[in-house]
Amino acid sequence: MLYAIFISVGFLAACGGFLAAVLVVAEKKILNYGPCNLDINAGERELTVDGGSPLLSALAENSIFIPSACGGRGSCAYCKLKVLEGAGFVGPVEEPHLTTEELETGVRLSCQVKIRNDLKIEIPKELFAVKHFRAKLIEKEMLTYDIAGLRIELIEPQTIDFVAGQYIQLESEEYKGREAVMRAYSISSVPSDNRHIELMVRKVPEGICTTWVFDYLQEGKALYFSGPYGEFHLSETDAPIIFIAGGSGMAPIWSIIQKMVEEGIQRNSVYFFGALTQKDLFYADELNKIADSSEWFKFVPALSREPDDSDWQGERGLITDVVKRYFPDTSAHEGYLCGSPGMINACISVLIEGGMPEEKIYYDKFA
Amino acid sequence: MDVLHSGIIQTFFLILISATFTDNILLTRFLGMCSCLGVSKKVDTSLGLGLAVIFVTTCTAAINFLVYEFLLIPLGIAYLKLIVFIIVIAAFVQFVEMVIERVSIKLYFSLGIFLPLITVNCAILGTSLFMLNKPYSLLQAFAFGLGSGLGWFLAITIIGGIREKVNEASVPRGLEGPGITLIIIGIMALAFVGFSGMIKI
Ligand SMILES: Cc1cc2nc3c(=O)[nH]c(=O)nc-3n(C[C@H](O)[C@H](O)[C@H](O)COP(=O)(O)OP(=O)(O)OC[C@H]3O[C@@H](n4cnc5c(N)ncnc54)[C@H](O)[C@@H]3O)c2cc1C
Ligand code: FES
Repeated sequence: MLYAIFISVGFLAACGGFLAAVLVVAEKKILNYGPCNLDINAGERELTVDGGSPLLSALAENSIFIPSACGGRGSCAYCKLKVLEGAGFVGPVEEPHLTTEELETGVRLSCQVKIRNDLKIEIPKELFAVKHFRAKLIEKEMLTYDIAGLRIELIEPQTIDFVAGQYIQLESEEYKGREAVMRAYSISSVPSDNRHIELMVRKVPEGICTTWVFDYLQEGKALYFSGPYGEFHLSETDAPIIFIAGGSGMAPIWSIIQKMVEEGIQRNSVYFFGALTQKDLFYADELNKIADSSEWFKFVPALSREPDDSDWQGERGLITDVVKRYFPDTSAHEGYLCGSPGMINACISVLIEGGMPEEKIYYDKFA
Repeated sequence: MDVLHSGIIQTFFLILISATFTDNILLTRFLGMCSCLGVSKKVDTSLGLGLAVIFVTTCTAAINFLVYEFLLIPLGIAYLKLIVFIIVIAAFVQFVEMVIERVSIKLYFSLGIFLPLITVNCAILGTSLFMLNKPYSLLQAFAFGLGSGLGWFLAITIIGGIREKVNEASVPRGLEGPGITLIIIGIMALAFVGFSGMIKI
């Protein structure tokens, strides 16, 4: 009896092991494409990589970091790149993420393009500046009941060059059966302190990355991120500014406002902070202090669910109504918005209604 | 007449034809139904999956025959055939996928998405298991595998063709998709049952 069990278990293990070994060897032998050349931006950079791997990871190995939130499974569509030559057929995973126009111009999901031959690709210039960082959490502070402020010290590389308003991709670790993921978080600190970054993270119930940040990431722990990414930053004009952001959407705006103070950029600005009740307010003292000590800046927090009988002296109502009340005519202003897609879309229509040209509205949707 | 012991060529073709028509694995045994329902919307995808199934069924029938005769029986562990066959089929499909990817990228992209579907296609496991019910030789097992594959290919292609036509007509709301397909398959199965008894093995 024991012998029979031994034989059957042994045979199954041997059989599985043998077939797995055959497959591993076959993959090495059969799917070996040899070295392939990557031509980036028409000769600007040339790389030689081992064929057979996805474009996204081959670039990452060469320290070119393309944004990616799903870890290369083809579901986030952050990793789009133009592949001009040599990409081959569009697979069934990619197709739903690409518009007809993108298909015509050669846009592909770089995590799904396998390198089988020489490729010609185009990478936006800013992405060359993106680096991968090892860092340490030195402070975690609750700003409100559901938003944490993180202060992070860079270890390797020691410094970061970014423009106020940009974001990084934080890499969470595996915990309790949840996989490791990458998520975007805007930098809330100023570029001049280039050895640290600060983030404002709002807890999303059941969120993979935010649960890790709140429950597993302790002060003193090592963490990894890549960046900087993003086009959201202050323009070079003198136009007066309308900032709109609530909750963790304050992060990039706080970075921009601190930078304006630091560098003495005195463009007329009003910051509308939308929240539900007083519990959701944070950094109000700091912002009020800047407003009191300067001519150019105004801070307008507006609460939509504050009880009528509370001691709140400021604005009440939906942020869109408050903005409309302050600025019926927005045609000369520039708009900077951050937060949930729903809030941003509603604010964009209000600003356009007031006469603001669409190309003067800059935003980052925290989707 | 004892089919299994007449001339080699004759046996080969008889087994082939019986597996294709009289014992059609899709229409008389209703195996491989999930991928059939999913993929038979159009003729060309049906053709692609059908061809892949022919190839894999034939090869795995032969390989599994050898594994059964020369490993499982001598070791006295024939009762493990189900799980061993599944492992062999999965590994074989992986292997074929790699070869196709290397040899013809075009074929890989038109057929490649079907290959993972095949690992879980019960018609293939069914073929490997049913062939053990008869005292086949290796060549006969091969014929049986090829016949089963051909039968599945034939059935899904015909279903695909009919569905293309049916989709142009207006099907009652509640019957759209799998509903009408199952009715079509049922009617076709009736037709194929007409072949039964034609060849006795
Ligand atoms: C450019 C950019 C900048 C960003 N900057 C910040 C920032 O500074 N601070 C910050 O806190 N977040 C920011 N985000 C959002 C952040 O990247 C994550 O999406 C968010 O933290 C949720 O991640 P998660 O892994 O915890 O949740 P997931 O596990 O991804 O999501 C869990 C569930 O919650 C839903 N969900 C996802 N995001 C949100 C959300 N923001 N609100 C409500 N429900 C959500 C999902 O649809 C899903 O059903 C930014 C996003 C982008 C694209
Ligand atoms: S990395 Fe998410 S789709 Fe490519």
